[in-house]
Amino acid sequence: MSGVSNPPVIAVRDLRNAFGEHIIHDGLDLEVRRGEIMGVVGGSGTGKSVLMRSIIGLQTPLAGEVEVFGEPMVGRDEEEAKHVRRRWGVLFQGGALFSTLTVAENVQVPIKEFYPGIDPELMNEIAAYKISMSGLAVDAGAKFPSELSGGMKKRAGIARALALDPELLFLDEPTAGLDPIGAAGFDQLILELRDALGLTVFLITHDLDTLYAICDRIAVLADKKVVAVGTIEELLALDHEWIQEYFRGPRGRAAAAHLGAEPKKEVDA
Amino acid sequence: MSGAMSVTADFSQNVEDGSCVLRFSGNLTLLRVRKLSEQLQAVEADQLTVDLSDVERMDTVGAWLVHKLQRDRGARIVGATREQQVLIDHVAKADQPVQIQRERPRAMVRVVSQVGDWTNNFLRTMVGMLGFFGSMLISTGHIIRHPRRFRWNAVITGFEAVGVQALFIVGLMSFLVGIVIAQQGAVQLRQFGVEALTVNLVGRSAVKELGVLMTAIMVAGRSGSAFAAQLGSMKLNEEVDAMRTIGVSPMEALVIPRVLATVLMMPLLGFFAAMMALFGGGVFCWLSLDIPPVTFIDRLRDIIPMTDLYQTLIKAPTFGLIIAMAGCYQGMQVEGDAEQVGRRTTTAVVQGIFLVIVLDAFFAVFFTSVGWL
Repeated sequence: MSGVSNPPVIAVRDLRNAFGEHIIHDGLDLEVRRGEIMGVVGGSGTGKSVLMRSIIGLQTPLAGEVEVFGEPMVGRDEEEAKHVRRRWGVLFQGGALFSTLTVAENVQVPIKEFYPGIDPELMNEIAAYKISMSGLAVDAGAKFPSELSGGMKKRAGIARALALDPELLFLDEPTAGLDPIGAAGFDQLILELRDALGLTVFLITHDLDTLYAICDRIAVLADKKVVAVGTIEELLALDHEWIQEYFRGPRGRAAAAHLGAEPKKEVDA
Repeated sequence: MSGAMSVTADFSQNVEDGSCVLRFSGNLTLLRVRKLSEQLQAVEADQLTVDLSDVERMDTVGAWLVHKLQRDRGARIVGATREQQVLIDHVAKADQPVQIQRERPRAMVRVVSQVGDWTNNFLRTMVGMLGFFGSMLISTGHIIRHPRRFRWNAVITGFEAVGVQALFIVGLMSFLVGIVIAQQGAVQLRQFGVEALTVNLVGRSAVKELGVLMTAIMVAGRSGSAFAAQLGSMKLNEEVDAMRTIGVSPMEALVIPRVLATVLMMPLLGFFAAMMALFGGGVFCWLSLDIPPVTFIDRLRDIIPMTDLYQTLIKAPTFGLIIAMAGCYQGMQVEGDAEQVGRRTTTAVVQGIFLVIVLDAFFAVFFTSVGWL
């Protein structure tokens, strides 16, 4: 699927972020290739969400370069950034739906913003199939976010993120708060969309099942930078304490066994 | 990919073997389909074949258009790549009768139902406030029986937030109102040649009405709203539920300290406000009417009966109770989303000020009838 010769979709170089005295990232590098599903893992407070916010331009880094689709994003003029923005979709942790709009209207916001000329009937049809595609019930379109459960809000958020048929999808803990069936269905959805649309996915997750099931490569955040990038097998071969604990801990082993991708060597209990 | 972005989606129409072939080309994507949907509607043919072999890129919107041709016109699809076929199948699977718009009742029905909702809401709020007052009394009873459990710290914090931090703004406002009353009064009274009575006007209105009323409005705006917002966001964050499960009564931990702090601070603030209004009026009288401060104070002692101060000291805690109760009640009613916090906060302030003024009118009639003129 991914051509190694292609320029990376996301390139982060020497990124530095800090809140006051507290340094989050220092000299962080990361490349995401076209068409791959990149999982980003790391302990709580290692700055996974901050990294995502830096890439999508919600957080201005202290130093470093961020390129998306080969275009520099740091300090970019808002008008110019718009052209890049419409090529990606973002799902925030809590869904971040606009609370005064219905789910269908939420999905239509980006379409109306970027393609004001679209015929309203087609717009309604687009909203309808996006909503259905995200696994929401047929009566969800006319509901307000406050009437939805946490998992449904997330699905509605996905529907909105997919509204513009983006090439690049940012997902911040998409399966957190979904029931296992819903989470598996969501993993499947991401895989199918990736295959059909050639999506590139930047996925922050704690869900080991998701990591095993759909991620092509995984970037591990620790010590203020990306300490390792690779497939699960490659990561398991590394001698890094946190990585070993993460994938070979009881939950990591369970997820691996469940998906028939047992880590190659077992750790003595 | 490069160069392909500028290719507009288009189709050509040919008749081959008795069926109409629509041969699509270019990018069948959201960016390029703007006109395509209408043009496709205009195609009139019974047997359609859709040829996708020249399509460079297709997204779900393009797939949707193809799917619609298949669904509505029974079109046959040829030349689709595996990815395109997956996409079309995907969209076809997602073709469900999704409800997009809410059913809106007719205008007449809507007006009637809105009036009904308002009435219902109003009565519910009144009954709810009464119930809230009742459960406050019960909690107070608990606290009196177990005084050790009471959170005095919260009350002291409340003193600071409601009282101390409001001193500057309440003082400044009252000072200015004092000046305005004196100035406007002097203009009117001059016409009757009794400018000196400005002292009576300022003195009695400040101590009896304005001090406490202006304070109440300021406290409703500052603290009533803060209570509603604080409790509302705690409710949203499930903090209140967490408290209940731990066995802490939100009434005792959150509501009573705030209400008590407001009830105790209101008389002090009201008195302070009255004094500042007198101060403002006095400054004006001195500078503009040549009434020296000593004379001003001497006159005040003659004209302000002690009952004026009693009235203020009775009204102030009552107003405080109403304002704090409205704030806490509205805060505790928050459910659902963050938007409600804003709405409830507004309601708390409006309700607080409204009830204070209604009550003030009752007080005025009552005090007059008991002879506190």
